Amino acid sequence: MEKETCTFSYCAEPEVVEVETDILLVGGGMACCGAAFEAARWGTPKGIKIVMVDKAAADRSGSVAMGLSAINTYMGENDPADYVRYVRADLMGIIREDLVYDLGRHVDDSVHLFEEWGLPIWKTLDDGQKVDGAAGVKAGKMLKDGGKPVRSGRWQIMINGESYKIIVAEAAKKALEYNRLETGMEQNLFERVFIVKLIPDANDPNRVAGAVGFSVREHKAYVFKAKVMLVAAGGCVNVFRPRSQGEGMGRTWFAVWNADSTYAMPAELGAKMVLMENRFVPARFKDGYGPVGAWFLFFKAKATNALGEDYCATHHEALKEKYGKYAELLGTCMRNSAMMDDMKAGLGPIWMRTDLAFDEAKKVMDAKQIKHLEAEAWEDFLDMTISQAGLWAANNVRPEEKYSELMPSEPYLLGSHAGCAGLWCSGPDDIAPDEYKWGYNRMTTVDALFTAGDGCSASGHKFS
Amino acid sequence: MPSYVITEKCDGCKGQERTACMYICPNDLMKLDKDRMKAWNQEPEQCWECYSCVKICPQQAMEVRGYQDFCPMGANVIPLRGTDAIMWTIKFRDGSLKRFKFPIRTTAEGSIDPYAGKPEPDFDKIKEPGFFTHQGAGKVMPKL
Repeated sequence: MEKETCTFSYCAEPEVVEVETDILLVGGGMACCGAAFEAARWGTPKGIKIVMVDKAAADRSGSVAMGLSAINTYMGENDPADYVRYVRADLMGIIREDLVYDLGRHVDDSVHLFEEWGLPIWKTLDDGQKVDGAAGVKAGKMLKDGGKPVRSGRWQIMINGESYKIIVAEAAKKALEYNRLETGMEQNLFERVFIVKLIPDANDPNRVAGAVGFSVREHKAYVFKAKVMLVAAGGCVNVFRPRSQGEGMGRTWFAVWNADSTYAMPAELGAKMVLMENRFVPARFKDGYGPVGAWFLFFKAKATNALGEDYCATHHEALKEKYGKYAELLGTCMRNSAMMDDMKAGLGPIWMRTDLAFDEAKKVMDAKQIKHLEAEAWEDFLDMTISQAGLWAANNVRPEEKYSELMPSEPYLLGSHAGCAGLWCSGPDDIAPDEYKWGYNRMTTVDALFTAGDGCSASGHKFS
Repeated sequence: MPSYVITEKCDGCKGQERTACMYICPNDLMKLDKDRMKAWNQEPEQCWECYSCVKICPQQAMEVRGYQDFCPMGANVIPLRGTDAIMWTIKFRDGSLKRFKFPIRTTAEGSIDPYAGKPEPDFDKIKEPGFFTHQGAGKVMPKL
């Protein structure tokens, strides 16, 4: 019946494109771009083919589309062991210390590369002056040459990150092109192709062998056959109902196109998942979901309930009783818990006192410095949550004059940031306990299926 | 609607197969109406307001109007993205203006040579921790 009546062009059988490769990178975000750069260096001299497939365009795909105003994972002078302690405290112990340590000891190298490739990273000069990333490079102070970043917190460094993704994508695309030319592939970067299902090996149901998807532009289906796969296509949005329900459904904190495929596709093959009950709820500027990190750490602003009380202080004893040492360390979920208890008790709205932060700053800064501080406050939004700047403009808010409301967002599932949901991964050979390694580093429980970024569970506080 | 096309300014990217906004939208929201040769946002409630389309439009024919759920009308945030810096013009609902300029890149577009000056991969060390850059610099990775 269907064959007889359905004559629309899009009902016709699609062309099926088959691509054979050694390594398949599913996703074109920060994790897969980094993997492309590293893999192409190792694999190309051995004739190993690498293919990357992105449902969008790598230039702006993934959560870093808008940019970022800080890189929240940079060791610098810090010991990666302390980074593990910090992550463990923030996530109340539910982490894989081997994975977190492994990330900590590797990450600075990536940040140095980003700066080399063109990402402007704020610097603190020898005289203590703080300058933006362009001025920092002019002053001859790149991080890899011993330049000092501007820290907002112990682990966070400030950047001018509007073009962060474009820069990293350019390096990845060049690496892929190098691999393509040397291995003779016709095409190894597929954009606007949406991978929707992984296919196991016909002889081994616990080994991944292929991935299928479709072009979102042309009437084509794709079958990728690979020996090894990295599935790192972001986390999960819209598994819980967003707070904004009309046109504002698009304004989630986490990029709204995070389709959960990183978790769903391996799960269909039987990959072990952990901590999927761990839902990350960021408390951010209400509705626009602008970042609060710089306000707390850099501008030294305080958040209070409607009575002007510091809810972390008023709840301290109660939290200590329930959660012991984690209350002392006051991680993300501790602060959120105190905030939500106050909201339930009718002590909301919760305010971010941007005005008081400026009042304090004016005591020690001159007019020019205050103007610069104001520019930094706006850049914090414009580099990564432009909607919040728009919301301030639409409400005639000047942060130095008027405070803004904070609100916990809808929950997300992610393996990056202050979340730890995702796929259970084998750890690094030299430091993982025996029970946590069954194969290669970051391989899931499905053979030849690897993950990174949001996909790798129990390794929170990894940020781009 | 979040991001939208100003039809008077849009030229459908001069009749190419797809428009710049179609090329860049991370959520695949932009579409070219081939009859009118104008682009349009086909699903504004799925728009993250990432401004990728606004920044890339060669005619500056795209703007963002904040979500009607919670955003009063009358404001406008306009980027002007250059090769090494971006200028933002913030127009408040009360008509006042702020302008900011921030660096965005310290190298020329397209100039990245990813492996230039970098060590060759050391296949003897492939099973050890560290990227090829760590290993090539003789860096010993710390252990717990």
